[in-house]
Amino acid sequence: MAIENTAIQNKLVETFGDNVFNFQVEKDIFSFEINADKNTAIILFLKNNEDLRFHFLTDLCGIHYPDNNDDHQFAVVYHLHNWYDNKRIKIKAFLNETPKIKTISNIFLSSNWMERETWDFYGIDFTGHPQLKRILNMDEMISHPMRKEFPMEDSGRTDKDDRFFGRTSINS
Amino acid sequence: MSELLLSPEHRYAKLINEKLNEDGSELSILNLGPTHPATHGIFQNILLMDGERILEAEPTIGYIHRAFEKIAENRPFYQITPLTDRMNYCSSPINNMGWWMTLEKLLDIEVPKRAQYLRVIVMELARITDHLICNSILGVDTGAYTGFLYVFQFREKVYEIYEEICGARLTTNMGRIGGFERDWSPEAFRLLDVFLEEFPIAWKEFENLFERNRIFIDRTVDVGAITAEQAMAYGFTGPNLRAAGVDYDVRVAQPYSSYEDFDFIVPVGKSGDTYDRFCVRNAEVWESISIIKQALEKMPAGNEYHAEVPDYYLPPKEDVYHNMESLIYHFKIVMGEVPVPVAEIYHPVEGGNGELGFYLVTDGSRTPYRLHFRRPCFIYYQAYPEMIKGALLSDAIVILSSLNVIAGELDA
Repeated sequence: MAIENTAIQNKLVETFGDNVFNFQVEKDIFSFEINADKNTAIILFLKNNEDLRFHFLTDLCGIHYPDNNDDHQFAVVYHLHNWYDNKRIKIKAFLNETPKIKTISNIFLSSNWMERETWDFYGIDFTGHPQLKRILNMDEMISHPMRKEFPMEDSGRTDKDDRFFGRTSINS
Repeated sequence: MSELLLSPEHRYAKLINEKLNEDGSELSILNLGPTHPATHGIFQNILLMDGERILEAEPTIGYIHRAFEKIAENRPFYQITPLTDRMNYCSSPINNMGWWMTLEKLLDIEVPKRAQYLRVIVMELARITDHLICNSILGVDTGAYTGFLYVFQFREKVYEIYEEICGARLTTNMGRIGGFERDWSPEAFRLLDVFLEEFPIAWKEFENLFERNRIFIDRTVDVGAITAEQAMAYGFTGPNLRAAGVDYDVRVAQPYSSYEDFDFIVPVGKSGDTYDRFCVRNAEVWESISIIKQALEKMPAGNEYHAEVPDYYLPPKEDVYHNMESLIYHFKIVMGEVPVPVAEIYHPVEGGNGELGFYLVTDGSRTPYRLHFRRPCFIYYQAYPEMIKGALLSDAIVILSSLNVIAGELDA
């Protein structure tokens, strides 16, 4: 017994209206976008609604889109999984250049460290998080290294030509 | 003494003062790690202790963080496998295959049945070595060195099989988009047969040594127990979750690489304690052996070991020298000029420790726009302070090793 994508979509639109949008199936995963300020309400609804039952947070991570417009600079991506019906969904919430979103660590305990990791690497501020501090990098670090403007290597190096190793302005 | 180490606003300082005022007893702080022979990896835990009982723990991680996600954003797709090797280095072929399968999902490549079965064999071998290390090290931590030394020679035998398949042993960098880089040699199959003959005998003996051993049972039963609800809330997957009684296994829930063709059970425990984790891993090793045997039996005839995808699969080297087309493909693949669709995909595989996921975002260029590894260790290790609360120091060591936290996967 699987839940249909349209059933999920209808339920969400019924409850949250315009705050959920851009529904699509990407390869094998049903995904949509949400308004960042409604994230806790929507995820709590997905978790507790007795038809949806997305009770497991598989993954949480951030993305940086420096080329997007001002209010789509960052995104937080949630992967939820319903083990009863074996259904996965992906939720994306876009944020502006001073990224701030409510924590879901009170809904899913497991998001605690994942949010810390996202803060560490992208500087996305999870308001209400019990202990939002760096996790993998050292505490003294001042930058958020997964942001695209952070160079991977010392830019003064001349022995390596980045064109041969990946993204360049011509190729990307 | 404590004020020398602790700033007065630290939460431990407050707890120590409270206790001191309450009954005059003094709590102590113990720094376990970052490098300690009993933790088998680089984990620091600052423990607040009342005598030998642990009251609070504060883990620090990241000591071997190597920025794989950042590096991956600057490397062509085929150069990312060596990075995945170094995550859970006890079962690197699973990581490698997981990464290739992610790419195959992205590029809609159908891998031939035989190559899929070969992948299943190598992934199950990796699972055996992973569980073998975890369980035998658990034996060492409870005082039984013999079992570890005895079964560890079989990891060596598995590494000889890897060596025959791909040339490397620990960090394998095995496989290519669409299959394997070369067909398995007859020697690989011979070594595999020898392994399947000898290993079950040794594993049975290993099991007999521990399963009803009084000392082992006393050290592990009801130690570090976690309920199914708690385990799911903390994001447990893999053997640690199944020990708590939840039968979630990616191989069954979302079969990849033809796992649906094989007949195996998903062993589950009941109490989620250290002993159950040990037993679940033991049982999974037996299932893995059975899967390998089934795969060998059902293996399609022929010698197909990769999909026909010249855009992504390197042509044979001798053709590159004598054939214009091959030379062009070779050049384009090596320079990373391969067609890549713009997409976002998530692909999970059942790693040694649970659901290992690859979240890949591409923008059509030769490198990932964003690649995130869902590392099971990183997610379930956050339950560790909760699990060792109230336990003895020696139990904390046993719990850590029964969770099989691999530093490479924890820190990525």
